[in-house]
Amino acid sequence: MSGDNIFTGLVEEHQGDARWAFGTGFTDALAGVDTTLPAGVDGADLALYCQMLGDDALVQAQRLVQWVTDAPELEEEVALANIALDLLGQARLLLARAGQADGTGRDEDAFAYRRAAHEFRNVRLTEAPRGDFAHAVVTLLVLSGQRLALFGRLADSTDPVLAAIAAKGVNELAYHREYAVSWALRLGDGTPYSHERMVEAVADVWPLTGELFATHPVEARLAAQGAAVDPATVRDEVHAVLTRVFTEATLAAPAPFPEGTVAGRDGRHTPALAPLLDELQKVAREHPEATW
Amino acid sequence: MTVTQEARPGADDAFQADFDAKIAADQRIEPRDWMPEAYRRTLVRQVSQHAHSEIIGMQPEGDWIASAPSLRRKAILLAKVQDEAGHGLYLYAAAETLGVDRSDLTTRLIEGRQKYSSIFNYPSLNFADVGVIGWLVDGAAICNQVPLCRSSFGPYARAMVRICKEESFHQRQGYELLMRMMEGTEGQRRMVQDAVDRWWWPSLMMFGPPDADSPNTAQSMAWRIKRDTNDDLRQKFVDMSVPQAEKLGVTLPDPELAWNDERGHYDFGEPDWVEFKQVVSGAGPKNAERIARRRAAHEKGAWVREAATAYAAKQAAKARTTTNLQEASA
Amino acid sequence: MSNDTTATTGGTASGAARPEWPLYEVFVRGKRGLNHVHVGSLHAPDDTMALHNARNLYTRRNEGVSIWVVRAEHVTASSPDEKDPFFAPSGDKVYRHPTFYPIPEDVPHI
Repeated sequence: MSGDNIFTGLVEEHQGDARWAFGTGFTDALAGVDTTLPAGVDGADLALYCQMLGDDALVQAQRLVQWVTDAPELEEEVALANIALDLLGQARLLLARAGQADGTGRDEDAFAYRRAAHEFRNVRLTEAPRGDFAHAVVTLLVLSGQRLALFGRLADSTDPVLAAIAAKGVNELAYHREYAVSWALRLGDGTPYSHERMVEAVADVWPLTGELFATHPVEARLAAQGAAVDPATVRDEVHAVLTRVFTEATLAAPAPFPEGTVAGRDGRHTPALAPLLDELQKVAREHPEATW
Repeated sequence: MTVTQEARPGADDAFQADFDAKIAADQRIEPRDWMPEAYRRTLVRQVSQHAHSEIIGMQPEGDWIASAPSLRRKAILLAKVQDEAGHGLYLYAAAETLGVDRSDLTTRLIEGRQKYSSIFNYPSLNFADVGVIGWLVDGAAICNQVPLCRSSFGPYARAMVRICKEESFHQRQGYELLMRMMEGTEGQRRMVQDAVDRWWWPSLMMFGPPDADSPNTAQSMAWRIKRDTNDDLRQKFVDMSVPQAEKLGVTLPDPELAWNDERGHYDFGEPDWVEFKQVVSGAGPKNAERIARRRAAHEKGAWVREAATAYAAKQAAKARTTTNLQEASA
Repeated sequence: MSNDTTATTGGTASGAARPEWPLYEVFVRGKRGLNHVHVGSLHAPDDTMALHNARNLYTRRNEGVSIWVVRAEHVTASSPDEKDPFFAPSGDKVYRHPTFYPIPEDVPHI
């Protein structure tokens, strides 16, 4: 067999997205799922709720991407990229659902690239500057813990699309949390220095956790209809998980989550979000007529 | 096992004859086989440089992940750059079967004592670079690497099979992005042509100096570590790329490029080998920056790696204690 | 140099431990009904992380349904060919060779 034949074989062997990593072909995830709005659910509410969950994932993925070529070890580079790809995938599905729900038919990119900072609905913890690896671990631990608890319940949503997205996401989030837990243990119970870094990271992250469990009126309305999950209902469960992890990691038991008020969910963000979005949207905004 | 070669005078000759016979029969050499020192050294150099290239090669494209202009492109690019980390890891693993430690190889890279493919010392200036790197740079890499799937050293050949499968996908993705951009706005087409103008010549240089100036080629081919000469591979790449460029509607920046009916190949101009030597020797536009970034990540991460090692040691000690207690109580 | 840093500050690690993470060999069952097959190796601080890393590195495209990892130093190997008088007597560790081979600095392109 000549080299040319081998080359041709390689190129032809993998048509389509079959072998491609997570994150590129998302049309299948919702194949066969009924996309009509459930009876009684307000489309505008559902669209906002999808943006809340979608923006959490998108903004967190954008932060995680900052570890590419900057991780403590090449294996962690690969792991963090996997997590970012999962979240990006969730964001794409949720933002696409937002465009269906509000009747505008906007696609995922319209939401990601053509909204200003005050229109983003992510909680502030997702936009917080990246920090060191301990900050990444604590942030991921809290966010994946909360999101896993939400998605576990959301799999029973009366909106079939949200239910399907959540069912797919649960496995991914369980892995994200497991990854974060395993590193929380290593850093917490590793060296005195790593322990100290974890203590600092917890102190920095904690003030931002309250918002994760504050109920937005949209969440309250949709939860009453069985379409959404009220984040206040997962507060104790998430705290219990973190308490077990912290104890095992030889860290002081976590303080109660602070009483949070809705902020990011209403478009009120920290100064960290605007530069993050500038970078995200830069090329797309320079070429408003372009398709990619 | 404490048998040693030294205990058997003349054993080296017999080992050498056996090694030569395996190579002649196109068999694979496996890590525990005897191999000539020079063969091992050449492979360590080739495989580790290849691994470094994958890791440093994450940077020019990685710079665009955050700004990719659609979420689909962002996911594709992130997955691709992640693949490159994976390829680097496969190759470091292959190198380690030759008796080197990855941490030593990393140290050599960040101290500038080992090289990587010079192509990654060029900057990526607009988003079309992502597509052109996929099309031309990955395309050139595939030309170089497909023959290595039959390299005489087993672990390297096996790593290359896996890598080539993924690389071929990268090339298709790159080309697909460029097609989409060429169908788009005038501004997008300009970006593509600009990127092609900058990456064409460096891509040709990826095959290394002309055969006449490539002293290691003959030995590497005899050992079947390398299977084609630099010039043969370069020609194959040009022949492959010209029709692709035509289909895309871009101009390759070489006035001498023309079909030669007699040879059955495209004629093309001579790359700037003076520039090539400068870039290889560390004077490339981005050389210092690429190394500095890899070094910074490695050094900043030291405390994390160290914590994991300390934690593992504690857990192992706990497990030993538990076992002892169980034995004592039994 | 970063190795030096690691070695000097890693006080709690057992004294003989080298600063880098140990080598694991990875075996993946591609699909049900097949044997686990050796696919390569990786470094990890412990078994749990080795499995994490193996999942990320060797099954990124969902190739595997089951993964085994084993510390390379725990693999005992026969000679590659029992009947072959010329097998290399390089010790009983499959994947490692004790000597570090210095690499010349005048390395050309790939």
